[in-house]
Amino acid sequence: MNASEPAMNRPLLEAIRLEVGIGGHRICRDLDWRVDAGDSWAILGRNGAGKSTLLATAAGLRPQQGGRLSVAGLELPHASQGVGMRAMARVRGYLSQHQIDPFASTVMETVLVGRHPHLGRWDWESDDDRHIAASALSEVDLDGFAEREVQTLSGGERQRLAVAQLLAQQPQLFLLDEPLTHLDLSHQVAVMDMFARRATAGAAIVAVLHDPGFAARYCRQALLLFGNDEWLAGPTAEVITEKNLTRLYGHPLRELSADGRRWFVPG
Amino acid sequence: MPTRRRALLVLAALIGLAVFSLLLALVAGSLPVSVADVFCALSGGAGGLAVEVIQGLRLPRALAAFACGGLLALAGALMQVLLKNPLADPYVLGISGGAAVGALAAMLAGLALAFINLLAFAGAFAAMLLVFGLAHGDSSWTRSRLLLTGVIVAAGCGAVVALILSIAPEDGLRGMLFWLMGDLGHAVSPWPALTVLAVGLLVTLPFARELNLLGRGDTLAHALGVAIAPVKRGIYVLASLLTAVAVTTAGSIGFIGLVVPHLVRLAMIRLGWGNDQRLLLPAAALVGGSLLVLADTLARTVIAPQQLPVGVLTALLGVPVFLFLLGRQPNERQ
Repeated sequence: MNASEPAMNRPLLEAIRLEVGIGGHRICRDLDWRVDAGDSWAILGRNGAGKSTLLATAAGLRPQQGGRLSVAGLELPHASQGVGMRAMARVRGYLSQHQIDPFASTVMETVLVGRHPHLGRWDWESDDDRHIAASALSEVDLDGFAEREVQTLSGGERQRLAVAQLLAQQPQLFLLDEPLTHLDLSHQVAVMDMFARRATAGAAIVAVLHDPGFAARYCRQALLLFGNDEWLAGPTAEVITEKNLTRLYGHPLRELSADGRRWFVPG
Repeated sequence: MPTRRRALLVLAALIGLAVFSLLLALVAGSLPVSVADVFCALSGGAGGLAVEVIQGLRLPRALAAFACGGLLALAGALMQVLLKNPLADPYVLGISGGAAVGALAAMLAGLALAFINLLAFAGAFAAMLLVFGLAHGDSSWTRSRLLLTGVIVAAGCGAVVALILSIAPEDGLRGMLFWLMGDLGHAVSPWPALTVLAVGLLVTLPFARELNLLGRGDTLAHALGVAIAPVKRGIYVLASLLTAVAVTTAGSIGFIGLVVPHLVRLAMIRLGWGNDQRLLLPAAALVGGSLLVLADTLARTVIAPQQLPVGVLTALLGVPVFLFLLGRQPNERQ
């Protein structure tokens, strides 16, 4: 099992006739979905439509109800258990919606946690790892925070720290559950810019987003979950439309254009 | 987090502390003993009464104290990671309650010391299986369910202990109370406990970084490649066994398992080393061992010739320390 070097032609994430459900409620059925290197996907849908559940399934945190799901050619959920897990963590990274800190810890330690799958059992973090962690902090505008106590950070700072931890992990597939939670506007833009650059450089992004304007601006593909088994996947330009979004959110949306970008506001 | 070199230096210093506490325990007592006697005794030589007291009484008792302190502190540190709660202790899931029921039932029946220990261990083991079985019944174990099950089992054991105490004959009560408070006077041989402590450390240290991740939440740990379920099961079983061995050796000594990991963590955070289990686990074991040796030395000398149960001393010292830590914790976060 060589998960650390997936063949370039292999999709990073592939769902075939996938069925996912939670608490007796089905989220999607017969989902055929393929995420390749360089892709950037937005997942849109109403509250409870199953965006996070689908992402958690792809992250190996819960089993699917049916169909096939593979990451870099390795079948889930088996590849997310046992000895292959560390190799999997070098390919696939997951940003959770909630960050918890039961124990006191500094910002630097928290970022270095992301290096775990790259370290051997008896290894300690090397200068290289610290360097990677420091530049990850720098990418999310947390320079000078290294020695700060995590429990003293603001919500937005804590969220950016979680993003930095994910960057230090250096996966090829980024699964992002609401990466913009708690972020102010300028940091929302900066974080999405940074992830878009990662996708251009050959990584793949899958992000649960709430703003269709951000999805249209930063993602090349979109997956809409209607919450009733129905789904729609395709290039952003085709999928993110006034008509689809109005149906998706159950509320009329208007499309506005400015500077060559499309924005969607509630009607 | 500390570098590996710093961590080894700290551990070397703590080994020094452990050796110092053990030597102090050998020298202190109603029978004056010279340093020469200590070295004579340790090198296995034969000598006068002093050498015999050291070899036959003080050394086994000091080593048993060290082992129990180390076991309790290590188990406490593991429980704190498992329950993601810095205020958890080895007894929170009912292990000591089960052991107490076993030990007191054996005392009530007038059984020999070996059977008291055997039943104490059996009781601890039964409580562990009961809590694990109930909390893990449908294979979905959550922290709150584990904690609730443990607390309820502990409460049930407490009721049985109270029942035994109330029907026990007068002359048996003193022994039972000493057992409940924790007392090293009955420690038979230190070697089983020391061996279990060494094995426990050897088993956990390779997984220390996984434990660091687990302390930051199951989701994060899983996403970073930690096999959550087996690691958690392993911690639970190991921490329970460590506790059971400690309790079997010396009764339910309080506060070491709660305060020592907490103190070590606090010191590490002060030094900017965070909550790194790679250092915290062995450091807590060494500090816990040393502290219990010192506390037991105090317990048998402070009002000599009468001996106090060491659990009373650890509680008397532990309560103010713990309240102090608890009182200043909210300020730390602001």
